[in-house]
Amino acid sequence: MTDRLCPRDEAELAEAVRWAVSESRPLDVVGTGSKRALGRATQGDVTLELAALSGVRLYEPAELVLSAGAGTPVAQIEALLAEANQMMAFEPMDHGPLLGRPAGEGTLGGLMACNLAGPRRPSAGAARDHALGLRAVSGRGEAFKAGGRVVKNVTGYDLPRGLAGSYGTLAAFSEITIKVLPRPETVETLLLFGLDDAAAAKAMSAAVGSYYDVSGAAHLPADIAALVPALGAPGRAVTALRLEGVKPSILHRRDKLEGLLRGFGALGALDEAGSLAFWAAVRDALPFALPPGGDPDAAPAVWKVSTAPLHGPAVGAAARALGGRVFYDWAGGLVWVEMPDGEPEAERLRAALAPAGGQSGGHATLLRAGRAARAATEVFEPLDAVTGALVRRMKHGFDPGRVLNPGRMYAGV
Amino acid sequence: MSGLAMPEPDAGVLARRDEIIAALRAIVPGEGVIDGVNEMRPFETDGLTAYKQLPLAVVLPSTTAQVSRILAYCHANGVRVVPRGAGTGLSGGALPLADAILLGMGKFNAILDIDFDNRTVTAQPGVTNLGITTAVAHAGFYYAPDPSSQIACTIGGNVAENSGGVHCLKYGLTTNNVMGVELVLITGEVVRIGGKHLDSGGLDLLGLIVGSEGLLGVVTEVTVRILKKPETARAVLVGFPSSEAAGECVARIIGAGIIPGGMEMMDRLAIHAAEAFVKVGYPLDVEALLIVELDGPEAEVNHLIERVAEIARGLGCATLRASTSEEERVAFWAGRKAAFPAVGRISPDYLCMDGTIPRKALPQVLSRMTEMTRTYGLECANVFHAGDGNLHPLILYDASRPGELEKAEAFGAEILLLCVEVGGVLTGEHGVGVEKRDLMPSMFDEVDLAHQQRLKCAFDPDSLLNPGKVFPVLHRCAELGRMHVSRGQLPFPDIPRF
Repeated sequence: MTDRLCPRDEAELAEAVRWAVSESRPLDVVGTGSKRALGRATQGDVTLELAALSGVRLYEPAELVLSAGAGTPVAQIEALLAEANQMMAFEPMDHGPLLGRPAGEGTLGGLMACNLAGPRRPSAGAARDHALGLRAVSGRGEAFKAGGRVVKNVTGYDLPRGLAGSYGTLAAFSEITIKVLPRPETVETLLLFGLDDAAAAKAMSAAVGSYYDVSGAAHLPADIAALVPALGAPGRAVTALRLEGVKPSILHRRDKLEGLLRGFGALGALDEAGSLAFWAAVRDALPFALPPGGDPDAAPAVWKVSTAPLHGPAVGAAARALGGRVFYDWAGGLVWVEMPDGEPEAERLRAALAPAGGQSGGHATLLRAGRAARAATEVFEPLDAVTGALVRRMKHGFDPGRVLNPGRMYAGV
Repeated sequence: MSGLAMPEPDAGVLARRDEIIAALRAIVPGEGVIDGVNEMRPFETDGLTAYKQLPLAVVLPSTTAQVSRILAYCHANGVRVVPRGAGTGLSGGALPLADAILLGMGKFNAILDIDFDNRTVTAQPGVTNLGITTAVAHAGFYYAPDPSSQIACTIGGNVAENSGGVHCLKYGLTTNNVMGVELVLITGEVVRIGGKHLDSGGLDLLGLIVGSEGLLGVVTEVTVRILKKPETARAVLVGFPSSEAAGECVARIIGAGIIPGGMEMMDRLAIHAAEAFVKVGYPLDVEALLIVELDGPEAEVNHLIERVAEIARGLGCATLRASTSEEERVAFWAGRKAAFPAVGRISPDYLCMDGTIPRKALPQVLSRMTEMTRTYGLECANVFHAGDGNLHPLILYDASRPGELEKAEAFGAEILLLCVEVGGVLTGEHGVGVEKRDLMPSMFDEVDLAHQQRLKCAFDPDSLLNPGKVFPVLHRCAELGRMHVSRGQLPFPDIPRF
């Protein structure tokens, strides 16, 4: 029997899912397959490839809205937006280099299914925050729509947001509508040199908590800073603060921000070109990238940890104690961790996220690991019993035959 | 109630009222359970005052443990529950049911944690929206979503309705500003979702809970992000000879890459009503008035104000004033913020509608609405969150005239259907509630609605939480859970395979 299905429209997509249900054949739902190495090792034996559901269906710059088929390449959308001086403000990460693949392979559906974001996440949100509407086929083989094509809408449950980050386990997208925003006219980056992680977290907190609209705050310890060409071998740790907007505003904010941060350490700057290169490197976690064709199965494990920004350094310290290397984005709230080898050390790393004050300490997602490790480790943050049961009931509602990416996020889901 | 069908009260529950109240009193002692008709009267309606209904009883818990026990009891005994915040909602989301307890969250009014380093506030759901800003204002911070009712509405209600406000084009709705909740399920189980960190480690349950109108669970704690208050804010007041020109101005401002902190439009009737009420110097000889507010660092605001003024002049605006002081900026807004009560002064009653349209459809929608005013013989004033296309037509009527409420409701429904027809939606920020419930099929077909209800079934399979709201027909979860599979069908002969 066939092992790869490529529906050309939503009706064929629905037909494919109904077939999978009737034959009990689990599906691996992919766009181009660029992020296939993400998530738990899946059990699907037929690939459902959505790349042919491609093409921008609607783009109205003045309405700040774009709709496109789920298989539309992200690169194509970004190029189209750039022509109108617009962008996806959530700055979606490209997982390609981290997973040993070329950059620019991802699709809009994959971007939404993995709820991608970038350094602008704290100020501008993630893909979920820009999801306006979608059309999809659930595991029942039924096509449905949710949300709308306007930027402000509270009609019914917010399924577009809820399905963002569902890794294809509840529905296969056929069309997605997102909010787009103007691209900043220019960008500069203020640098602070030589801070340790804790001091950097404080400096970043002061910067993003200031009046000066910092749209990116990252800290690269010396060993990582040396790996980013845009920094030109600084020989010490680099804390970077991004300023975007119109030129007069940037000059004013940079001046004020320098005054605010002078006490923390030596200052430097990156111009527009340097800033673009640097923030792309942070966005795509390039310090941990594999060479093209590199085998993620044989590479050191990489974690993406989300926590309260000031708690970031404690997570970093725990990772270093396990022999890992770290750097920080989101003002310290995103900790990138590369382990010394293929062993994820999930339990010991997650111990650094113990709840505080009744609240969760955050979550750790295993973004790169060998197949065996991804089969043996909870790739996504483990759920408590009540939430786990809730998630299983949601899966049952949307995909009772468990044909859509079964097990990709959680065993049994 | 004018033609609004609510779920048939459960006679068995009504008959057991005394027993249910006694059980609730065992959980929430003293004045926490209200069962007298007069005492329950303040709870019989919310901001959608056209509809009234006394609940079975009002319960006012003050701890998560009490909420958990109440819901567990109701779950075990098949008693329906209607959650309520401050009761300011405009779509009837907190309208009681005769056989349901009304779960008032007003006693959850404490701020639990202020964390300036991580820029979060954790509050109980009964804290008012403005209360959060007030608690952090001394350090220059604020909570961005600002619904007009922010003095009274609660953060718990904001989570339920995914409330907006005038600043949401730039700063987002509630959903973009909430980081975590503690939620009690109908079983009484307590879950924590999110916290001081960003995004979910798995499925985005938080994104589903925000805006779920009290149908999925009861929120007992909310963590929101706070932002530094912009260094400066200035506003431009621009009058236009036509709403088309005003609409074009909005499109060009956004086309120029400018996202204002707020961008509001008022039509002639709204301008006149507001000016008569607050006398802030609005021009009276224009068809449309725009308030464009730029906020941020001073140098940026001054630069962008100039660019906005250039765009407006290029479109032949009739009047243009840029605020030169904070007092003047506040005065520009005073009329807009008072628009609803101002309309209340010129008409005994009004219905406030809330649709969103693609902005380019504005001229078409306004002209169709003018035709409708003639058809229905009722006047309509328009205020408009112009940046995001969120329209608030205010339909003027007199409830003391027989049949006029029904006429106003029919007018409102026709406006909302028009919003959907031009590519928009039924509600931009007020929620579906009971008000727009029966219009849902104009936007969603049965399959769409069934998928939404399957989410409901995962949380509340017996449909005890806020029944009669949002969905026109609530199918039984067992029925929605069935899947019809026919084996042996021809496996899609035409789909390319490799």
